[in-house]
Amino acid sequence: MDHSNYQTDYKHVGQPYSRKDAQKKVTGQAQYAIDLDLPGMLYGKWLLSPHARAKILSIDTSAAKALPGVKAVITGEETDILVGLYMQDKLAMAKGETRYQGEVVAAVAAVDLQTAEKAISLIKVDYEPLKPVLDVDEALDGDILVHEDINELKHVEGVFFPQKDSNIASLNKAKRGDVDKALQEADIVVESEFSLPAVAHAPMETHVTIVQADPYSNRIVVWSSAQSPFALRQMLAHSFKISESDIEVNIPFVGGAFGGKAGIHLEPLATLLSKAANGAPVKLIPTREEEFNQLPTRAGMRGHIITGAKKDGKITAVKVVYDWDSGAYADYGVNVGKTAVYSGIGPYDIENAAVVSKTIYTNKVFSTAYRGFGHLETHWTIERQMDIISQKLGIDPLDLRMKNLLEPGSRTISGELISESSGSVKDCLAAVVKEIGWTGRKTEEERRKEWATGKVRGKGFAVLQKAPAMPANTSTSVIMQMTGDGRVKMMIGAIDYGQGANTTMAQIAAQELDLPIDRVEVVENLSTQTNPYDWNTVASKYTFMGGNAVIRASRDMLRQMKDIAAQVLHSTADHLAHGGGYIYHIHNPERRIAYEQLALGYQYPDGSGIGGPLISHGVYMADGLTNLDHETGQGKPALVWTFGAHAVDLEVDVETGSITILKVASAFDIGQVINEKLIYGQICGGVLQGLGSAILEGYKFSPDNRLLNPSFTDNKIPTMKDMPIEVVPIYIENPQKNGPYGARGVGEHPMISVPSAVGNAVYDALGINFHVLPLSPEAIVLGILSGKESILCTDVNCLPGCY
Amino acid sequence: MVDHKECSLLDEHIASNQRKVSLTCVVNGVEICDTIDPTMTLLHFLRDRLKLFGTKESCGEGECGACTVIMNGKAVTSCIILAIEADGAEILTVEGLAKDGRISILQEEFISEDALQCGFCTPGFLMSTRALLDRNPDPSEEEIKEALAGNLCRCTGYLPILKAVKKAAERERKELK
Ligand code: FES
Ligand code: FES
Repeated sequence: MDHSNYQTDYKHVGQPYSRKDAQKKVTGQAQYAIDLDLPGMLYGKWLLSPHARAKILSIDTSAAKALPGVKAVITGEETDILVGLYMQDKLAMAKGETRYQGEVVAAVAAVDLQTAEKAISLIKVDYEPLKPVLDVDEALDGDILVHEDINELKHVEGVFFPQKDSNIASLNKAKRGDVDKALQEADIVVESEFSLPAVAHAPMETHVTIVQADPYSNRIVVWSSAQSPFALRQMLAHSFKISESDIEVNIPFVGGAFGGKAGIHLEPLATLLSKAANGAPVKLIPTREEEFNQLPTRAGMRGHIITGAKKDGKITAVKVVYDWDSGAYADYGVNVGKTAVYSGIGPYDIENAAVVSKTIYTNKVFSTAYRGFGHLETHWTIERQMDIISQKLGIDPLDLRMKNLLEPGSRTISGELISESSGSVKDCLAAVVKEIGWTGRKTEEERRKEWATGKVRGKGFAVLQKAPAMPANTSTSVIMQMTGDGRVKMMIGAIDYGQGANTTMAQIAAQELDLPIDRVEVVENLSTQTNPYDWNTVASKYTFMGGNAVIRASRDMLRQMKDIAAQVLHSTADHLAHGGGYIYHIHNPERRIAYEQLALGYQYPDGSGIGGPLISHGVYMADGLTNLDHETGQGKPALVWTFGAHAVDLEVDVETGSITILKVASAFDIGQVINEKLIYGQICGGVLQGLGSAILEGYKFSPDNRLLNPSFTDNKIPTMKDMPIEVVPIYIENPQKNGPYGARGVGEHPMISVPSAVGNAVYDALGINFHVLPLSPEAIVLGILSGKESILCTDVNCLPGCY
Repeated sequence: MVDHKECSLLDEHIASNQRKVSLTCVVNGVEICDTIDPTMTLLHFLRDRLKLFGTKESCGEGECGACTVIMNGKAVTSCIILAIEADGAEILTVEGLAKDGRISILQEEFISEDALQCGFCTPGFLMSTRALLDRNPDPSEEEIKEALAGNLCRCTGYLPILKAVKKAAERERKELK
């Protein structure tokens, strides 16, 4: 299928318009935070802890302070600014103790970057290195506490549950039915463990931040490469104990985010530096190395799963424990852990289920949200396990899934009823297996034959689900104004960091108002001073929530136009319709008024006017969601599920271990395509990011928890040579009743379950079950050489024990 | 009150950084003469001195291609080249691709194929591609991948970029004869 063949019945919704900001981006005009050059601006730099865990005995900043051109030097000793999203567990700078290699210990602001760097090199810190908590096992032993004050840490109560005297930042759970009984009664019980390492977001623009903090008032102005301006404003206000209205957050173009720029990052540090430098704007530009080892990452994860099934393939019980290696701070990590509970058994209807999810502190770089918000990781567990069950039962993995997938009438683990309006995961799976021509697994015989050629083909697939992970009362808003020439300008609360929110929202407004797309503009470069509120630009929620808000704003605008037009045309509003830029009478379309005649108020021939400048707004607040019961996990967490499936056709070189991805077919039940070109982009990009996690990416730590690969040389992300030969997007459109034109979000989903589908295809090719990511060439070769059927560890360093 | 000690120290500091060298080059068709710090990279010369912010910095280590410009017909990563190496050279940056108030075919194809999302890698991709098409107007898919493998993009998955490059090459061969 050529992706440009998509057909839509609408004039604007579904059209593959080019993104509105594209011309600025291809001419170099788009300004990112890194391009901003403010008068009097200073440059910040910081000193990072070289130890994973250490006592700070003393810091000598005298030489740095004496260096000409240095305007401010600060250390954690002088400040108590707490930063924390869900757990108040992090200081803006380390004080007394450092908890990961990469934590900020001291910082300077100077007239230029060179001087700042020089000053940093002059700061002397005396550390007493302490034994770090290396991994989740050590953390769960609890001999050393990463946060000794865990019992006192402030946190969002009733949602997150830190465990007393432990390294568990939050323990969340859900259950349905009687798992233990069902496991006893099952014909077959399969127990497995799967894991994957921490992975970097690697946005091309690092977390660049500029702050100007007025020394004479509480006023703070921020320019940041961030994706959640309103959450950032709220958290900064909280940290500095000032009002949100004291803070102005400006977001220019953002060079990639992927969840890593949600929340708050370098802004508190930049604020402290600006204050110390008497209110000069201070710019912080993390280097690529700092982006890797200082700024947060995706958590590593280990999933332990026990599944019970009947001989016919009906799954009767599943019990999962997820252990998240969240590093030194909880950040968004605890919320990932929470999400793993209500989405933790995948899109399956399993009567008896229990999930426990622990977000665990270790002395590593801390974790945060990353595209998919834990779902790539949980689906690595669930979807590989499904394949293993199908092997054990001798049932085709397609049939096994079809027998157990959610369908209208099923309930999720949190008790939510799935309806026709929820979308269909079965439709997605059916579409992708058809696209790759699945006819069943290879036989041993077929495998052996191909093996002799040095290259083995394999096919595999996996399903997926995700709903926005957000508070039950999440909201968004839109302001719409009409200019004198009858065009529309909208201000929205979301950031367009490349996902195309501005273009999608313009299309929905164009559709509602029946205006040409070039007459609708979403104002670029958001400021919290002017733009209306949105919670966070995360969670694939904006097409749904923002789209609904835009529809409301458009309808409000039309209503206002019709009210005035009714008076002018001596009619009533309900006899009027709109189209082609006019409000007209339904029985006599020639009785009409152009939008531009109403835009600033209608003027009668005698010069007098009625109405006034047209301005409307639309809000959308999540409807019907609730917090989850702590013991049972029951409640309503999901605004809208988007289901999907990937199927992969690949080739493994049995000599080199390298995997060539021949084809990926990806289907998502998105309800309604709003912009086919943009969705295709999300799919191609997400699939490759997922392939990165599958075969390439991962943090490596030394025995004392130093990050060994903080660069693109050693922490590779996919290049053009790693992309699949073919990506086939498939759009399933079972409409979501309350979605804008029936649409659901799909920003994160293309990344989820890609590793699972690859792992399943590798099994088809080699007959080996890999349980650990990434499936790097070394891992594959060592797996083959081991002669084992299950590879539980791919750490080359622990050979030969594991192999 | 003026802090004379700080002033004189600052002067001294600036003076110590002032072992300047002169540099002449042509950037986007305009001749530039400047005196610069000999340790300045070409990337920082373009951004900080010429205020050409289209060329981006992403890794600063020659590993991502975001800073790619064309120097004497060759694509180079400007973050690991000293500005002084560009003495006498001809440089083309993303700001120099559009001509006579019209964006180029290559830029048009990047837009229509949606070969960009956040856009941060885009100037680098455009310049690597420009250099490729200048030396090889009809590259094979393998040659395109080879030429662009040094440019990282975290958003697009590259397929739309590959398609845009192919289409631009085809159109240039037809339309620019
Ligand atoms: S910034 Fe020059 S190669 Fe990355
Ligand atoms: S478009 Fe964002 S990195 Fe390429």
